[in-house]
Amino acid sequence: MSDPVVEANDIVKFLGHGAARVQALRGVSLSLGGGELVMLMGPSGSGKTTLLSVLGCMLSPSMGAVRVCGRSTAGLAPEQLTQLRRDHIGFVFQSYHLFPTLTAIDNVRLALDVRGDYSRCVIDRAKEALATVGLSHKTRSYPLELSSGEQQRVAIARAIIGDAAAILADEPTAALDSENGHAVMSILAGIARQGTRGVLVVTHDPRILPFADRIIHIEDGRIVRKGSNGGASASP
Amino acid sequence: MTRAEFISLSRRDLRSGLRHLRESAASTVIYLWRAAAFAAAVLTGRKVPPLIFKLAARNLFHDRLRFVATITGIVFSMVLVTVQMGLFVSFRTMVTTMIDHAPADLWIMPLGTKCFEDPALLDERERFRALSVPGVAEAAPVLVSFAQWHIPSGGTTPVLLIGSDRNEVGLQPWNIVAGDLNDLLIPDAVAVDRSYFERLGTTGLGDTVEIRDLRAKIRLVTQGIRSFTTTPYVFTPLYRARTYAGISPNKATYLLVRLQAGATAESVRTQLNETLVKAEALTPDAFRRRSRSFWLFGTGAGAALFAGALLGMIVGVVIVAQTLYASTKEFSNEFVTLRAIGSSGRYIYTVIIIQALLSAAVGFGIAAAIGIVIVKVTTDSALPVLIPAGQMAGLFLLTVAMCVFSAIAAIVHIMRTDPAVVFTR
Repeated sequence: MSDPVVEANDIVKFLGHGAARVQALRGVSLSLGGGELVMLMGPSGSGKTTLLSVLGCMLSPSMGAVRVCGRSTAGLAPEQLTQLRRDHIGFVFQSYHLFPTLTAIDNVRLALDVRGDYSRCVIDRAKEALATVGLSHKTRSYPLELSSGEQQRVAIARAIIGDAAAILADEPTAALDSENGHAVMSILAGIARQGTRGVLVVTHDPRILPFADRIIHIEDGRIVRKGSNGGASASP
Repeated sequence: MTRAEFISLSRRDLRSGLRHLRESAASTVIYLWRAAAFAAAVLTGRKVPPLIFKLAARNLFHDRLRFVATITGIVFSMVLVTVQMGLFVSFRTMVTTMIDHAPADLWIMPLGTKCFEDPALLDERERFRALSVPGVAEAAPVLVSFAQWHIPSGGTTPVLLIGSDRNEVGLQPWNIVAGDLNDLLIPDAVAVDRSYFERLGTTGLGDTVEIRDLRAKIRLVTQGIRSFTTTPYVFTPLYRARTYAGISPNKATYLLVRLQAGATAESVRTQLNETLVKAEALTPDAFRRRSRSFWLFGTGAGAALFAGALLGMIVGVVIVAQTLYASTKEFSNEFVTLRAIGSSGRYIYTVIIIQALLSAAVGFGIAAAIGIVIVKVTTDSALPVLIPAGQMAGLFLLTVAMCVFSAIAAIVHIMRTDPAVVFTR
């Protein structure tokens, strides 16, 4: 494993105000290295999504420090956090969150468009990203013309096109059947195997555990167990 | 603060203002240059067009019914504003039409005159007083008075007599379509506008009618000399106007002053106001302002037109804001995803504002077409709708401003949404 691409030290996060205030994270520390696929597991309400949001620079921790590619997020303004996210992190969401009015290639290109990259090569890069996820034949299809598995693969292509150092995936297989879930995880594991990117997957799905290099269990905002997985991101 | 300090402060502020102006101008030039360079790069294939335009257009046109509702709102609002403003411009022009067409350097009128149609009278002695003022070359009397026009088929209708002799500063009819100005010298000759034929019960040139039981013959016909009060203007020489109106020969409503070469209007006006007893002198501009002020604000007519235009704008802003807000909410998942994947606030503003601008362009295009039809249809009406090119450009800017202003609620909604909610949707 190379240097950590995302690192969290002793993260505490409070959510809500007044009587509704709850402590979602209670001193969480973890690191995600380039070339590894880490799975974060835990029951509902355990703080998985909050941790993902903090690691993804969408939420600032109440206490503790997050470093993305060696850069601390402490004291950064929202627009600076956005830039950090844009430059170093790719997201894969449970509900894909593709733009229904754009084709697959435009959905993928969007990740570069928001960076202000309008160079001629963005089209080739988007095609390449779609080829990586096995969708070279669906570049002109709209999301509604794609199956759930294909939509999730387009979302993965969007996450990797910008050469993000970390891919954060939130329940990427939750809405997919076994076959599509396996295909999606194979792609994510393949991305991790390339060695430069770290992949963190939040999941409830025990079927995909064999893809993990490490598995981290979180409960009540605390990491209760972590350890390596024998599978080491190879195909199960 | 001493005077020196004040001057120093003012100079500093002026220098600071000029510096900001220079910087803004430089930034604008750089921005335009970059935009032009980028457009050139896109056209020559070195760059790809940004998705921002596609995203905005597709968001907008995705729900066609909603798009039609938005455009209907903008069109309704802008037609209302256009017509109200067009009426306002027309009204503003018509209330000063006689002043605009009189070749006078100064106007002398009874004290307290509010507008051209105010039929108060001056005594001829005021004319001699005016002529005694250095710089006054001529002071031509003009009579403006109401009279009863006998409709040949029966009944009467009021007309506004304009009595003026033909001289260098006389108020003569214009836009003549039948007859000749010299024909007004023929006994009993009068001039009327073609648009009032039906109202006056005549068929045109050569008809013999009666004004206050005195014979009159239409010897001259004009086109487009209309009164916003809908009372027809009837031009005739001064002596005959006095007769028709039953006014003594030494009375007039106005004295139109022509200045001697080298005399300045302001200095002569000052001297006239010192010399005249029951009259005052105004420059044409001052008389225009006074007439407009009376008709537009003194009578409430202008306020009503303004209120209509304002109402149109409010309706437009509310409809466009509501539709853009609803459209943005419908796409809120997509906008939040944009934020999550790292788009800047500026990128999102731009998408929403482009949606607003597209709505503005389409809405204004249709509203402008309807406006042009209204202008054509009302050309010969008592109060035509006028939309000069400048006003059209202003209305376009107003539409754009209205739509961009309407986008604020949608932008605030998106920017207040925490991007982390993308994980829970």
